[in-house]
Amino acid sequence: MIEINKISKSFDNHKIIEDISATFDKGKTNLIIGQSGSGKTVLMKCLLGLHEVDKGDILYDGKEFNKDEISEVSDLRKQMGMVFQGSALFDSMSVLDNIIFPLRMFSNMSQSKMIERAREVIHRVDLKDVDNKFPSEISGGMKKRVAIARAIVLNPKYLFCDEPNSGLDPKTAIIIDKLIQEITVEYDITTIINTHDMNSVMEIGDKIIFLVEGKKIWEGNNEEILNTDDKLINDFVYSSELFKKVKLSQKK
Amino acid sequence: MRIFFHIGRYFLMIKYTFSKFTKWSVLKKLIFQEIEDLILGSIGIVAFMSFLIGGVVAIQTALAIENPLLPGNLIGFATRQSVILEFAPTLISIIMAGKVGSFITSSIGTMRVTEQIDALEVMGINSFNYLIFPKIISLLLYPFLITLAMFLGILGGYIASVYAGFSTSFDFIQGIQLDFKVFHIIYTYIKTILFAFVLATIPSYHGFFMKGGALEVGKASNISFVWTSSVIIIINFIVTQLLLA
Ligand SMILES: Nc1ncnc2c1ncn2[C@@H]1O[C@H](COP(=O)(O)OP(=O)(O)OP(=O)(O)O)[C@@H](O)[C@H]1O
Ligand SMILES: [Mg+2]
Repeated sequence: MIEINKISKSFDNHKIIEDISATFDKGKTNLIIGQSGSGKTVLMKCLLGLHEVDKGDILYDGKEFNKDEISEVSDLRKQMGMVFQGSALFDSMSVLDNIIFPLRMFSNMSQSKMIERAREVIHRVDLKDVDNKFPSEISGGMKKRVAIARAIVLNPKYLFCDEPNSGLDPKTAIIIDKLIQEITVEYDITTIINTHDMNSVMEIGDKIIFLVEGKKIWEGNNEEILNTDDKLINDFVYSSELFKKVKLSQKK
Repeated sequence: MRIFFHIGRYFLMIKYTFSKFTKWSVLKKLIFQEIEDLILGSIGIVAFMSFLIGGVVAIQTALAIENPLLPGNLIGFATRQSVILEFAPTLISIIMAGKVGSFITSSIGTMRVTEQIDALEVMGINSFNYLIFPKIISLLLYPFLITLAMFLGILGGYIASVYAGFSTSFDFIQGIQLDFKVFHIIYTYIKTILFAFVLATIPSYHGFFMKGGALEVGKASNISFVWTSSVIIIINFIVTQLLLA
């Protein structure tokens, strides 16, 4: 479980994140949704300590995530996995080396054990015949899978995904979402996902936080989001023709 | 005033580069990779350039001193002095600021814009140490490159002046040996080591702290070249003032 308490972040006197408090549950896919530019990535980077917050607390299972105590932060970091918006695979390494990388850095496994573990996660994310390919040689959907594999190879307790299905076709997008959800439940991970895709919201929205211009204005789950009267949420949810039609047909 | 901000952040970067070390087994591999990219990959261009520059220096000197009263060994002497003191260390370093410098800035810059550096940080890896330290270590071999440039520069001068008939082989070789000061060599290698450090760190700085996308990576490489070569020229001036003047 991750709790945040009134965190704020500004860049050059420009408030990007304002007084956000929330709880992200274990074994669930927690979604942060909002329009492009609403501050989802910045919020996630604050949680990860990539941006220092101006004020507020971040608690990982009750323990404060404090930038000062480096050794504790490094211990915590080994329990975090992150799937970046653009996958962020290391282009100088093969797919297999990308996935082995965290093991090489933080475990004392032998080379053969590392390869064995990497093969396990490669299998888990349904990848085939990519071991020796380089990131530039595989498709966007495969990159996401590799990124997920790299993020879970150390058995993290916390998994962060920044728009894991952006740039993918609707079918692959749902497959990736489902994969993340399955892994979350299977390994009892606290998973946080940034998205602005309503399909994802409906498919895997166990818990949803809605951001508008850096403020949290709503929280709930994927059933509640369809029935709320909040105007901003309805604007967001029903911005797509498809969802408008679904809503109309439900009313009839 | 921005300049003080950059200087401060540059030195902070250097400090972080030498803290919280990456696993040695991983660093070792990275260092070998950098030696291959930065040093071995530059041998060709350094050899080619220094050989031709040496030739030009010898010919220019010969044309400037067409006076029968001056000793014949002057061409060899002047070529040696210019190549060892200036052309090999300084000019080659400026060429390297273009070659190695823009390679470093664009490779680190690309890692920045594609969030690969963030990925390292999330895993708890000190990205400064992981990326910059191996470059600094591999550039400890930079003096070898400059030594090569000195030899080939003088060789180029020899071939150009002897075959074009400006000097006899005997005179040229006598000129090379004339009035040889060890201190000049020390001065040159002090410069070279400083240039190597600049070549590793200033382009890294520009890659590390860049913002934006692919287009900005190109711009960052440009700015990085301007700064790296300017700093090399400034250091050259200061070191020369301190040691030779
Ligand atoms: N390092 C930074 N420095 C200054 N401003 C930033 C920085 N990072 C983000 N911002 C600003 O913060 C705001 C929120 O950006 P953010 O990337 O969090 O949006 P987002 O919700 O993730 O959007 P998207 O869905 O497009 O990814 C934007 O206005 C952006 O310009
Ligand atoms: Mg984003």
